[in-house]
Amino acid sequence: MNFEFTPEQEKLRGEVRQFLLKEAPAESLKTRDDVWANVDSFDREFARKVGKKGWIGMTWPKEWGGGGYNYIDRIIVNEEMLLYGAPVMAYWTNDRQMGPAILAHGSEEQKREFLPRMIAGEISMCIGMSEPEAGSDLASVQTRAVEKEDCFIISGQKLWTGGAYFSNYIYLVVRTDPNVPKHRGLSEFIVDLKLPGVTVRPVADFEGHHGFNEVFFDEVRVPKTALVGKKNNGWYQIIGHLDYERAGLERCMSNRRLFLDFQDYCKEEGLFKDPLVRHRVAELEVEFQVARLLCYQVAWVLTEGRVPNIEAALAKAYGEVYMKRVAATITQILGLYGQLMPKSKYVPLMGRVAQNYLFSPSYTLMAGSHEIQRSVLATRGLGLPRG
Amino acid sequence: MDFSLNENQEMLKTSARDFLEKECPMNLVREMMSDEKGYSSELWSKMAGLGWMGLPFPVKYGGEAGDFLDLTVLLEEMGRTCLPGPFFSSVVLGGLTLLQAANEEQKEKFLPQVSKGCCILTLALTESSAKYTADSIEVRASPNRGIYEIDGTKLFVPDAHIADFIICAAKSVETIRSEEGITLFIVEGKSPGITCNLLRTMAGDNQCEVIFNKVCVPEENIVGGLNQGWPYIEQMLQKAVVAKCAEMVGGAQKVLELVVDYAKERVQFERPIGSFQAIQHYCADMAIDIEGCRWITYQAAWMLKEGLSCAKEVAMAKAWVSQAYPRVTTQAIQCFGAIATTEDHDMGLYFKRAKASESVLGNEDFHLETVAREAGFA
Repeated sequence: MNFEFTPEQEKLRGEVRQFLLKEAPAESLKTRDDVWANVDSFDREFARKVGKKGWIGMTWPKEWGGGGYNYIDRIIVNEEMLLYGAPVMAYWTNDRQMGPAILAHGSEEQKREFLPRMIAGEISMCIGMSEPEAGSDLASVQTRAVEKEDCFIISGQKLWTGGAYFSNYIYLVVRTDPNVPKHRGLSEFIVDLKLPGVTVRPVADFEGHHGFNEVFFDEVRVPKTALVGKKNNGWYQIIGHLDYERAGLERCMSNRRLFLDFQDYCKEEGLFKDPLVRHRVAELEVEFQVARLLCYQVAWVLTEGRVPNIEAALAKAYGEVYMKRVAATITQILGLYGQLMPKSKYVPLMGRVAQNYLFSPSYTLMAGSHEIQRSVLATRGLGLPRG
Repeated sequence: MDFSLNENQEMLKTSARDFLEKECPMNLVREMMSDEKGYSSELWSKMAGLGWMGLPFPVKYGGEAGDFLDLTVLLEEMGRTCLPGPFFSSVVLGGLTLLQAANEEQKEKFLPQVSKGCCILTLALTESSAKYTADSIEVRASPNRGIYEIDGTKLFVPDAHIADFIICAAKSVETIRSEEGITLFIVEGKSPGITCNLLRTMAGDNQCEVIFNKVCVPEENIVGGLNQGWPYIEQMLQKAVVAKCAEMVGGAQKVLELVVDYAKERVQFERPIGSFQAIQHYCADMAIDIEGCRWITYQAAWMLKEGLSCAKEVAMAKAWVSQAYPRVTTQAIQCFGAIATTEDHDMGLYFKRAKASESVLGNEDFHLETVAREAGFA
């Protein structure tokens, strides 16, 4: 057992810090919270710079231009990015999930087409899974792909597609065979969002933010080469990358920058003189350290060459609830000031506290709800019988 | 980073589990709760035979030269089986204090005996305030022609009724900072003037009131120097806190295993209750709690092993585990239903121990203050 980083890893961490101070000065950032999911932190230029440093696709094979690092190295870079509140949104999903999915199931042609551009920070690919009628029950997606002689024709609708408005491609899960049990008739496609018949429409959340989108497919013709992996094998491919989706530090660090800034605020304003405040903030700090270790464990499992199925569900199930507690507690500590929105007179911390509170219900809904994570953990992890 | 145990630790874990499952069944645990001594001498000798009592001590004192992670692994297994007896008192509280604070002569005298299991130690630290701070020590040690007279009452002293020697932390001088006026004395358990009364505790775990009435102790029984005792206590407490967390992790893990097994078997509404989401999610919550307990504990244990400064990490571990272990036992009983509240059911043993260990060596509030201080909040 060892909780230490190697000297190379410490050096890497230092390099990321230096890079951030130079390339993403704090005053230039539109937001510093939920940066991996918030459209305000969609920044193509920044993605290119990170790509140039070799920090996208760090664990991917060298032949595609990435590589040379293990999953602990990768999580260190991500930790620094999130800690700083860097504008990582444009490349985050590729690095976490889409790239690994293509590596696992994609054709040589797909790898050639997408991986080098992902690594360079040039493209964004959003996740097309959820639909109006397929939330937690993902396997019941209804968007259809019908195979023709020279193409597939895709029709249907996706929902809660984060970042679709800015993305170049969408990684789709659709039904290719409606006449078999629902898990066995799904396939995955990568679809260019500029194709005729694709419409992206933003969905405003209750903060008035346009992070989510609905994406409509009206008889969109896609080439056969857009199919990822095997036809009707989609469900079994998805399960693999869901583990990657759940596994990262964003599951406990989405509001880390804010929480640290809040701690500084408490120091400056003397709020810590109140033992109740001190106690509650210390308690959250302990909870964060627990969550962080759980995420690092996931990265370690990956370096061991294992799939972090249980560990990832566990880390997410814990971290997401912790982050909600942060949002709830710090608004509470600020009392009446906790409700003040950005640009309001008297607003503390530029309104980020209220903003984060409004975002926080999403933590336990996105990437598989809190209930789904616990069911995965109970059935696959603890071996309890399925209901 | 490496989250795995090494080969020796895996071996220790497996052999300890096998041994304790065989030698320390739950009926023995239950029997010992009403036993006068509170432990089985037979089991104690067998444990000594395995080298457990000497695990953290150097070979020259009859020990096994294990490191703190090895001890953590062993304690986790002990917590799993609710092992009764003075292992924690003798090896952790007493032994580690002597290892850090005692002079060579004292170490040679006591540690080999502790390693063999022939000498049982304990530490008399807390008093009526039930706090783990130097300020709360009021038991006095007054010099009187080459000897010291100890006067006052210690409370919640574990296993004092069977201890051959009690290490007593006493106030030896009035100082502005009470940390600078504490001296540790090795006192024979049966010295004239000592009265030991067992307290009736929830877990039946042999905590005592120890009254020192002009107990005479020779100067050579001072450990760690006159007025120099508190820093040693602080050092030892860090280890004891993490050691306690390890026991708690083991107990919590066993509770989860028991409840998961039961949920697979128990049928209601024509199906195993483990197929209901309500039960599944309770079990998942327990698993999450326990995994968090494990890594926050092992992180601190590793830092202690490496000799790194880790006041914050230690405090975080106990703050967290103190919350999580009682919560796990409460949820487990909810899954089991009323049967788990009966005297014959094992769950009660864990439920009681979880509550007892929540406050021993500092509860959540106590440790959160340390976290706050270390994080610069105070």
